[in-house]
Amino acid sequence: MTRPVLEMRGITKSFAGVRALDGVDLTVRPGEIHAVCGENGAGKSTLMKILSGVHPHGGYEGSILLDGEEVAFRDIRASERRGIVIIHQELALVPHLSIAENIFLGNEHATRGIIDWDRTMREAARLLKRVGLPDRPQTRVADIGVGRQQLVEIAKALSKEVRLLILDEPTAALNDEDSGHLLELILELRRQGISCIVISHKLDEIRRVADTVTILRDGRSVETLPLRTSPDAAPDLPEDRIIRAMVGRALDSRFPERTPYTGPDAGRTALEISGWTVRHPIDHQRKVVDDVSLEVRHGEIVGIAGLMGAGRTELAMSVFGRSYGVHDGGSVRVNGREVRTRTVPEAVAHGIAYVTEDRKTYGLNLIDTVHRNISLTSLRSLARHGVVDEHQERRVAEGYRRSMGIKTPTVHEPVERLSGGNQQKVVLAKWIEADPQVLILDEPTRGVDVGAKFEIYTVVERLAAQGRAVLLISSELPELLGMCDRVYTMAAGRLTGEVRREDATQEVLMRHMTQDRN
Amino acid sequence: MTTPAPTKPSPAAAGRRSSLEILRDAARNNMRQYGMLIALALIVLLFQVWTGGTLLLPNNVSNLIQQNGYILILAIGMMMVIIAGHIDLSVGSLAAFVGAMTAVMMVRHDMPWVLALVLGLLIGAAAGAWQGFWIAYVGIPSFIVTLAGMLLFRGATQIVLEGQSVSPFPQGYQQLAQGFIPEMGPYTQYHNPTLVLGAVVLVVVLLQQWRDRRRQLAYELEPLPFNLWVLKCAAFAVAIVAVTMTLASYRGVPLVLLILCALLLTLGYIMRNAVFGRHVYALGGNKAAAKLSGVRDRRVTFLVFVNMGVLAALAGCLYAARLNAATPQAGLMFELEAIAAAFIGGASMSGGVGRVLGAVIGGLVLGVLNNGMSLVGIGTDYQQVIKGLVLLAAVGFDVWNKRRAGS
Repeated sequence: MTRPVLEMRGITKSFAGVRALDGVDLTVRPGEIHAVCGENGAGKSTLMKILSGVHPHGGYEGSILLDGEEVAFRDIRASERRGIVIIHQELALVPHLSIAENIFLGNEHATRGIIDWDRTMREAARLLKRVGLPDRPQTRVADIGVGRQQLVEIAKALSKEVRLLILDEPTAALNDEDSGHLLELILELRRQGISCIVISHKLDEIRRVADTVTILRDGRSVETLPLRTSPDAAPDLPEDRIIRAMVGRALDSRFPERTPYTGPDAGRTALEISGWTVRHPIDHQRKVVDDVSLEVRHGEIVGIAGLMGAGRTELAMSVFGRSYGVHDGGSVRVNGREVRTRTVPEAVAHGIAYVTEDRKTYGLNLIDTVHRNISLTSLRSLARHGVVDEHQERRVAEGYRRSMGIKTPTVHEPVERLSGGNQQKVVLAKWIEADPQVLILDEPTRGVDVGAKFEIYTVVERLAAQGRAVLLISSELPELLGMCDRVYTMAAGRLTGEVRREDATQEVLMRHMTQDRN
Repeated sequence: MTTPAPTKPSPAAAGRRSSLEILRDAARNNMRQYGMLIALALIVLLFQVWTGGTLLLPNNVSNLIQQNGYILILAIGMMMVIIAGHIDLSVGSLAAFVGAMTAVMMVRHDMPWVLALVLGLLIGAAAGAWQGFWIAYVGIPSFIVTLAGMLLFRGATQIVLEGQSVSPFPQGYQQLAQGFIPEMGPYTQYHNPTLVLGAVVLVVVLLQQWRDRRRQLAYELEPLPFNLWVLKCAAFAVAIVAVTMTLASYRGVPLVLLILCALLLTLGYIMRNAVFGRHVYALGGNKAAAKLSGVRDRRVTFLVFVNMGVLAALAGCLYAARLNAATPQAGLMFELEAIAAAFIGGASMSGGVGRVLGAVIGGLVLGVLNNGMSLVGIGTDYQQVIKGLVLLAAVGFDVWNKRRAGS
């Protein structure tokens, strides 16, 4: 057995008396891809922050051994000097600087403070080649997609002579193609002898690249399991086994049982979009959504599948108060009546709600409290003569906290202190409280752990059982297959298919999603 | 409203917290507010001792209120602007402009002062609407629009006044800034209407506290423990009685204080309890999310600036009335005093946080410093230096406190 690159022993860390980590052990062997799994709030990020020196030595108990030698990092620079580089989920690039400038930011090739541009560009070009990025080093980071930005981050890490690369949710914002490329790169880096710790919610990706997986639950390391016998062998650890360790119970089903809606509106069409066309906000030549027609009935959950750039979010946002792009024809009917949805208040008044895919930017006022976030869409119904009934407001929020299992000490807590899954529940609660007929859910489980996912699915199922129409946009095909009655597929702004639940498989959907334009 | 059925048993209700824990939590969550209140108390205490008791003499307290009334009014409006995520640099110039316009109407055109005042406030609203239009509907950053306004209204002031002071004003107009509520009833040692007013305020405040507590109990929300609640009520009572007695032993309640309290109560209530106020906070906290939640962002921004315009006009009138003259140089640096007051009182550069009451506390910190330092004979040169350091210290303390809470 080779000596481990990294050994973390009995790491314990508390925040304000709350124990975030409790005696966690983690061992990474040389040239290994080691996955760390766990629900949101299990302590993965905290553990990585300790390893990379964000939480400095002295603030935690336990020891960190690098090549068998105990280390004590005071800050990130100290850990980077020893070859440990962390790439955070939220990329740390400066958009208006070039790729090369970003790669060497804080680590410039300079003599007496004057930057050697020739050397910078040459080195950057070499690194870009190594990560397989075709862009020129002079390109502004703002001008390349998220997938490529992720590669720039890795190039930046490589410039620091990295030995142990830590990736926190590296593919969360990437489409399948970019994800695939990134995973290949990680495998390539392993062949070059770089060890890697990957934090991810995506179990299929973990199974694809990782050699070993360590599972954290409630701040403890529960298990460390080998995924495969040799780096090239197929994974022999089933996904369910990992999920069981993460949630501490067997998940019989990852999706709730559907209860059909039998109320008075059963079978009636709630939302009907016809001939909907939207042009790009800047490039008016381009049709981002092209002649889309679809319908959702009361009590139905209808999915929209599509690859990134298929126009799903753009469709939803433009229907919801023209919040995206330039409208170019098409109508919306709610309960058979044509309605105007030119502003968000109009759309809401006609019973349409849109739960955004980007809760931090578009969904929540992070510095405000849970209860005020929940009430924002329904203030008028909570108010008399323009004055909000605060007690009623708190009671409403309290009700959602209990019924949805929002984990927060009180509803007065600022939303920024909640974990991703719980933030998502707050966004959902906010729109359920607006009492819509039609809910458009855009990636409702992105960045949410397995346990919280099930809770969110249950909420969605209940909404349908009450007779509301749900339009579910998702990039996770199993989610669409598990939840939806029907699935529409989109590609390049057009509707390319409509598949009923009985006929739907991942293969069928993928074929429609990748259909060529003509 | 329907909510989905429970998907998980809710965690057992947290055990009752002790009074001490509640106090500690409240102090932590409102550090800036309480910190500034304590700082204000310390500054008052310092100058009370330093001036040998002059600071809190009834006539000086009245003077203090009348001297700072217009800055406090501006600070209230500025706090709302900053919460909405904007800034207004034009309020000093606008105050001067409206002061000048009302002066010209009264002195050169013999207009009744009430009519001039109303027209002045309308001019303020129009000026606010002008700036609000460019900011909210055209999308020019407020810093630029109000910087332009600062130059524009200052120039307009000089044009209207033709470079000269205009005075004197009718008695009634002067009374706005210099007057007190009139004495009534038999002779006592104290100012009778002030005593009555103080008693009314005391009763209303205590009743409000009691109603609040009853509603919290009715809604099964966790209210303050009874002993803490009594303590809180007692603190309110002592404060109200002290202020009442001080004012009543001089010439009573200054009219400026009445105006200020009315604004503080109304706008504080709107910001806390009205849908409009919530929308202001939501807009400042996350504009994109607020828009997607159906907040009419443009209208809200527009109205915030209209409100600021009216308050700036009011401040300008009070300032002119106090000096009994409209001058081309009136209101210089007022915008910076108001912005400083808002930040000392808990506003944040990025918007979304702060309370109207905080702006008043921040304004009082600056006002007491001014008054106290003048009383002990510190020159205006050193006064500026000290006020600058206080602003830096207040915001620095907040930043430090947040960082400590975060790690």
